[in-house]
Amino acid sequence: MSITYLEAIREAQARALAEDPRVFIYGQDVGAFGGAFKATKNLAQEFPGRVIDSPISEDAMLGLAVGAAISGMRPIIELQFADFSTVAFNQIVNQAATLHWRTKVPCPITVRLPGGGTSGSGPFHSQSLEAVYAHYPGLVVLTPATVEDAYSMLLEAVAIDDPVIFCEHKYLYYHLKAEALPTEAMPVGKARIARTGRDLTLVTYSAMVHEALAVAEELALEGFELEVVDLRSVKPLDTDTVMASVARTGRLLAVGEAWPWGGVTAEVIARVASEGFGLLDAPPQRLNAKDTPVPYHPNLWAVHRPTAHSIAVAARNLLQL
Amino acid sequence: MAQALLNPETVDKVSAIRDEYVKAYRYMLLARVLDDKYASLYRMGKIHGGVFLGRGQEALSVAVGLALRKGDVFAPLIRDAAGRLAFGETVLDAVRTYLGSALGPMRGRDGNVHRGHPQAGLLPMISHLGAMISVVNGVLLAHRFQKVGQTVGAACIGDGATSTGAFHEALNQAAVERLPLVVVIANNQYAYSTPTSRQFACRSLVEKAAGYGMAGHEVDGTDLGACLSVVGHAVQQARSGAGPQMVVAELLRLCGHGEHDDAGYVDPRLKSSPLGRDCLKVAEAELLRRGWADAAGLASWRSEMVQLVEAAVAQVQREPGPDPYREDWCALASRHLAEGHTYS
Repeated sequence: MSITYLEAIREAQARALAEDPRVFIYGQDVGAFGGAFKATKNLAQEFPGRVIDSPISEDAMLGLAVGAAISGMRPIIELQFADFSTVAFNQIVNQAATLHWRTKVPCPITVRLPGGGTSGSGPFHSQSLEAVYAHYPGLVVLTPATVEDAYSMLLEAVAIDDPVIFCEHKYLYYHLKAEALPTEAMPVGKARIARTGRDLTLVTYSAMVHEALAVAEELALEGFELEVVDLRSVKPLDTDTVMASVARTGRLLAVGEAWPWGGVTAEVIARVASEGFGLLDAPPQRLNAKDTPVPYHPNLWAVHRPTAHSIAVAARNLLQL
Repeated sequence: MAQALLNPETVDKVSAIRDEYVKAYRYMLLARVLDDKYASLYRMGKIHGGVFLGRGQEALSVAVGLALRKGDVFAPLIRDAAGRLAFGETVLDAVRTYLGSALGPMRGRDGNVHRGHPQAGLLPMISHLGAMISVVNGVLLAHRFQKVGQTVGAACIGDGATSTGAFHEALNQAAVERLPLVVVIANNQYAYSTPTSRQFACRSLVEKAAGYGMAGHEVDGTDLGACLSVVGHAVQQARSGAGPQMVVAELLRLCGHGEHDDAGYVDPRLKSSPLGRDCLKVAEAELLRRGWADAAGLASWRSEMVQLVEAAVAQVQREPGPDPYREDWCALASRHLAEGHTYS
């Protein structure tokens, strides 16, 4: 038996609904249809009245979630694509994210953002928006890279007393499989050493973890040992684990699928450079998507975002510095 | 003699109407006195940030606050001092927020009209217009899940906010879910300086109600009796399961957008039209006409309100402001997930 990343998300929601009467799901097509990606398949039947189809009104979906959350509920909002969360942006960053700070009243909302690129999806169904949300105070931003994390971190997200932006990667939905659901989990806020190595630290998250692991495999054949750090959550960002890894390797390459200006990779490098400058044997490097909208055609898309190939090139260059 | 011919039930009804009218007027008066005090403190430089008054909108606002009851939810906007007080906000909370007292509900983290007690059903507005309506929807949906019976949610907005996407999304959402929402639109003729001719092209904003599949009601916002009756009816309809309701009141803002604004753009013809009547003065005339108060009574109510407001201001002026060194600078409820101070 095996379970996919997408099924893990479905199972986590089923468990949250089963264990906590405060949980409900609200989103476009999430009801009888089971969601555009089937992340809520059969949940409306299993939990009558608690998996609710919304109109195409991202702003009102999030506003409703805030009202429900401050009234004791634990809404899970499925935005059909991360890209459409920009329509809900105001409610997320100005309403949900400021509420506890302003009033002491917690605002526990889980916002599921199916994001990241898949071939053929184009500029408006491919975006990675974790850095945008991480910029705002009052939000927790999770970026699970594994089936196990997709499951356990989604369950933890629902339990967190703050608005959580849950960035689930569409490319991993069907590609990634595990033998079974996890029985224990690392807590949110801790990064994971996905592979140990002594020559270079590759810090990344979400789907790029798998590209990074492939690179580590490839460079091992050339005699280099790359350490891969999976951030798991970009906010909070586990600087300690990153710093400890850089202390071991002396070299840092930060990789992200989002756009290059600012963002998670820039934050990682800024922190290491300012606090761990003496640990570095070479200038820290970063690799991101290109600074254009995400292209539609597979020829362009394959080059737009970092790949195992481009990460390997960057890693080899850094190893020679 | 006429009184004697009325049956006891009618007498009770008349006295209930009188009591409600007097109660409403007293909240309007308190709100006006409070607003006047803010304006004076603002001119003295005692208030940080803006001051936004509800002059001319007290009749509508108080009608909303009075129609709601404990357990309901209320999202007031910037000109709703009267409605807030009638819903249960204290003068102290209001003054503390305007003067930035650390003891106020917002603790200096937010100010002026951005105050509330979510757990008492009073939502603290954000500045983005229309954004509070769907939050009210969410509270009402939670009540449905929790089987809290017969609560109503009211959201106040102005003519300008009807042009936002948030307004449209939230009204449609409330209609689809058939939530007991009452959206109260104060068409005060200007959104900051923009006249209604640049805001919408329908005859009356109430025409929008039909498009959402919700009931619409129009009212003269300068007439307290009409406001109490129409808003009260809309709230009662929502409470009884008739779905969302829209109330559109026509009135004129009798002040600037904020106290920084002299409102020189207001058409003088509007000021001298029936829309330009001051609802507080109209209500006073009505109280006198019906014999529900005399001039001495009105004067004594005013001095009562002035004393209330002066006492609150005097108390709050002695209270400490927030201390930046004691501020925890943590935006999360989950403190264990907050990033340290290292990076800021």
